Amino acid sequence: MDFILQPWPWFIGGPLIAISLLLYFYFGQNFGASTNFETLCTMSGAGKVSDYFKKDWKQRDYALLFVVGLIIGGFITEGFLIPDQTIDLNPDTIQELSDLGFSNVASQYFPDEIFSTEVVFSLKGFLILIVSGIFIGFGTRYAGGCTSGHAITGLSSLQFPSLLAVIGFFIGGIIATWVLIPILF
Amino acid sequence: MKNIKFLILGIFFAIVLSKTQAISWYRFYEMFTFQSFHMFGIIGGAVLISAIFMQLFKTGKIKDINGHKITPKPKKKGYISTLFGGTLFGLGWGVSGACAAPIFVILGFKLVPALILLLGALIGTFMYGAISKKLPN
Repeated sequence: MDFILQPWPWFIGGPLIAISLLLYFYFGQNFGASTNFETLCTMSGAGKVSDYFKKDWKQRDYALLFVVGLIIGGFITEGFLIPDQTIDLNPDTIQELSDLGFSNVASQYFPDEIFSTEVVFSLKGFLILIVSGIFIGFGTRYAGGCTSGHAITGLSSLQFPSLLAVIGFFIGGIIATWVLIPILF
Repeated sequence: MKNIKFLILGIFFAIVLSKTQAISWYRFYEMFTFQSFHMFGIIGGAVLISAIFMQLFKTGKIKDINGHKITPKPKKKGYISTLFGGTLFGLGWGVSGACAAPIFVILGFKLVPALILLLGALIGTFMYGAISKKLPN
């Protein structure tokens, strides 16, 4: 039990993610997460506006159940399996973020500067999250996949488009952390 | 309810991502500044082991639950769409520290911020769907 409550090291994470992929394929479906954004749009009636969303979402009921599982799993882990959210972050990273004005760096999973209730209900805080979300949604559909679909499924099955997508992910992520975050905070 | 196994797999995957800190904003910041091996170890390990599974799928040594050969769907091709789309995704990921699956997991941790991210992602997906025919590949 003690092991379950401790943070799991990286060398546990890789194999367990690969086993999740294995089971997803073994159950007869293609592993990925971001197509669910499309399915949720279809369910919300986006097909009335664009043919792109005219699909039968019931054919993806398995993926929606996977999403429901992700949500339940998040609540279970937060509630019972992580007594201490402290992260063993690189001291240089902690210093850098503190210099940018972040407080209590790495004492929990999510920084208050982006995720606290107070910030979320401020105009700037709301815009940071909603615009990030728009980029995530638009980008993943344009690229045809996310970290699960491209970085893990695509790279491991040696698909060239996935290599390009992952290069894109890193170009974007590096611009975000090296340029945008210092401007925004 | 033959699909209930996907729900259980979702719970398992969420626990794995959460317990290995692969949903933490700080871990992604640290990854994009190349100050830690942690996330590279997780993603790299996942890709390497998955590559072994892919070979076992390809050679038919592992078949799916119905005895069919497992073939991952080919990803759509296109230099601009994958590189540029990927870059847009990376910008959102880098600022918010959330990619697709973790957005759903983070609902259990930070409900309102994750709902805003999810709403944004759905708006972004909708925008893509509305103009996808006009975009270069």
